[in-house]
Amino acid sequence: MMLHTLLASFVTATEESEKFDILHHVLDRKLYHLELFGFDASITLHTVWMWGVSALLMLLLPALFGKRKLVPSGLGNAFEALAVFIQDDIIYNYLGKNGRKFEPLILTFFFFVLFNNLTGLVPGGATPTSDISVTIVLASVTFFVGLFAGMKEKGVFGFWKGLIPGGVPGALMPLIWVLEVLSLFIKHGVLAMRLFANMTAGHIAILALISIIFIFQSYIVAPFPVITAAVIGVLELLVAFLQAYIFTLLSTVFISSAVAHDH
Amino acid sequence: MESVALAYLGASLGAAGAVIGVGIGIGKLAAAAMEGIARQPEAAGDIRGAMILTAALIEGVGVIALIVCLMVILLK
Repeated sequence: MMLHTLLASFVTATEESEKFDILHHVLDRKLYHLELFGFDASITLHTVWMWGVSALLMLLLPALFGKRKLVPSGLGNAFEALAVFIQDDIIYNYLGKNGRKFEPLILTFFFFVLFNNLTGLVPGGATPTSDISVTIVLASVTFFVGLFAGMKEKGVFGFWKGLIPGGVPGALMPLIWVLEVLSLFIKHGVLAMRLFANMTAGHIAILALISIIFIFQSYIVAPFPVITAAVIGVLELLVAFLQAYIFTLLSTVFISSAVAHDH
Repeated sequence: MESVALAYLGASLGAAGAVIGVGIGIGKLAAAAMEGIARQPEAAGDIRGAMILTAALIEGVGVIALIVCLMVILLK
């Protein structure tokens, strides 16, 4: 709802003329109120779309690859091209021999984020990744996987000591250590913010363009915002793929930097 | 009322400054990467990967700055 106060400035023109919610494709809305252990766990539009995407992925991918065909055909071919691209370009490039261990997680990240980004482009759809809580959970999965894999690889003491880069003079070590621990949190926080901001920005740009029609209150200006909004829709298709790629890439880099030994 | 106006002014100036900095950073990065690809087209894949990684990290700084600006407006 913080976003609502910010966006209210866009829509003052509409509120006067008619009760019509122009924000419906940007904001989340509750479909069913639910409280669990004192927390607000309502079923919202984003939750439902995220379930839909999860169900689609869980049904589609095994159906395409379940038969263990040597050469997949049709849609399976397209998915294999994407998976091999992520495998070669990201996983084995950054994780090396550790890649095998993290491959299922990172490929899941890629397809989950990609499909959640793409649902925003379906008419009537919502983008679950334009919800900060979704991206924070995704980033904290990366955080905890890096933390525990790093501690398993180097030992608890070795991991926290390994945060200090080599060649730091002894007197500066406590300060650098505090900074490195902070940067560990900031890195993963920004990972969540980046996906959230990029997926929200496209919708806000479309909202601002459509608002132009309501601000001018005329049919003559209407074609220009509509054409521009369509072009931004195409741009969002690119951004959906790019942000899924970047999220996967940075997750891999953060995990690999947590696992890697000093050199 | 005046303090609210000042908060909006500060936030918008902050966003502008952050975007200028990030724009210069990513612009220089992209220019260098393009030059590298033009000189050595066979290394295009490696350069592109490193460029996207670095661009994402620079963009992260911009995102942090924009969040600070957003907080100035929302918390006033």
